[in-house]
Amino acid sequence: MREIHANQIISTVERLCIESNINLPDDVKNALDDALKMESSPLGQEILKDIIKNAEIAKEKNIPICQDTGFAVVFLKLGQDVRITGGNLVDAINEGVRRGYINGYLRKSIVTDPFLTRKNTKDNTPAIIHTEIVPGDKINIILAPKGGGSENMSALRMLSPADGVEGIKRFVLETVDKAGSNPCPPIVVGIGVGGTIEVATLIAKKALLRPLGQHHPQPEVADLERELLAEINKLGIGPQGFGGSTTALAVHIETFPAHIASLPVAINIQCHVARHMEAEI
Amino acid sequence: MTKIVTTPLTLEKVQDLKSGDRVLLNGTIYTGRDAAHKRLFEMIQRGEKLPFDLNGQVIYYVGPCPAKPGTVIGSAGPTTSGRMDPYTPALLQNGLKGMIGKGLRSQAVVDAIIKYKCVYFAAIGGAGALLAESIKEAEVLAFPDLGPEAIYKLRVENFPVTVIIDSEGNNLYTVGKERYRQH
Repeated sequence: MREIHANQIISTVERLCIESNINLPDDVKNALDDALKMESSPLGQEILKDIIKNAEIAKEKNIPICQDTGFAVVFLKLGQDVRITGGNLVDAINEGVRRGYINGYLRKSIVTDPFLTRKNTKDNTPAIIHTEIVPGDKINIILAPKGGGSENMSALRMLSPADGVEGIKRFVLETVDKAGSNPCPPIVVGIGVGGTIEVATLIAKKALLRPLGQHHPQPEVADLERELLAEINKLGIGPQGFGGSTTALAVHIETFPAHIASLPVAINIQCHVARHMEAEI
Repeated sequence: MTKIVTTPLTLEKVQDLKSGDRVLLNGTIYTGRDAAHKRLFEMIQRGEKLPFDLNGQVIYYVGPCPAKPGTVIGSAGPTTSGRMDPYTPALLQNGLKGMIGKGLRSQAVVDAIIKYKCVYFAAIGGAGALLAESIKEAEVLAFPDLGPEAIYKLRVENFPVTVIIDSEGNNLYTVGKERYRQH
């Protein structure tokens, strides 16, 4: 049994909140650089240049890439041989989020009572915490701030098994087409297929954590990712929806076994500010 | 082509702006997003005086990050405009001339843009650090209780936007997509 003090979790989460909002991951930067070379619209190229320049300014000035510093979504892998001392896990994560968003001058975007008072909690808590118990004596934390604009364009549909791959393709293209300029394209598309409704949506979100351009290990799934990316980029939406050939930077699919009666498909849309950062304690 | 425009907007300035133009805005603009729009709309319905005169003005749909010490404002890119749609026609009817945001608008908003001769600009979504560089002054004007959703009065210099919907209803989102669509 290894003991980890709550303070260590608090300071790690605080750091991840701040750094993930300021530094765009290298895989996303590379994908934007590649997109700029491929983009067919002159205006689209100008937009991509500004998006790349924006990430450079954020890093240089140590300020958030985007003002929507998001919901603090935390993916935890908790080693079963870890014992937390000096506090409890959920409180420690929320305290880390509170400190990160206040000390990092990040925007507080969370309101209470979604359809009643909608009062700002003023410290961006609560975090959304997904915990997995794993073997070992470490805690792995991924912090993925999620903006509201792209989250709002996400969708879930319970397809029938007879709809098959064609049904999945239709649903994805329809969802991205309808979203248009709203989710700040170029986007990353996370798709979860299988499980129950909550599993489909959760794996769709987890798909967004994969380094851009890294395909699913199963060749048939990887082929579908490639095909969907090509089809999405033929929609013409382009950077910021001004028209062009770069609507998405990547399509990532995760799968889970399904019930004999079901083919759930969840689509989680992520804007070009595809932030996530990892730490291990 | 890039046009340089100073606020407040007049009918003449608005009519010179065409869908697809890149524009550098200068002068005063006001921020307002979801909660502020709801309040402005309710004040109009009750016949109350608004915190600022809408005539010829531009509202920027943004909820900025807090300013770090020694800076004017934190990152400040646009939010999705569509959520303001239910309130927008009333604001345009009361003199608002321009809006800056990102994303699609409802037919009712497009109709009101044509009817009242207004303009809808987009700033680059997700480019909050870059856009903050063009904001030279910022002060909270109304609704401080709303935190990032308060109405700020901003002074901007060469703030980069693109005309999406012009006063004749031409729409870059529709035209641009059709031009590059291969389906």
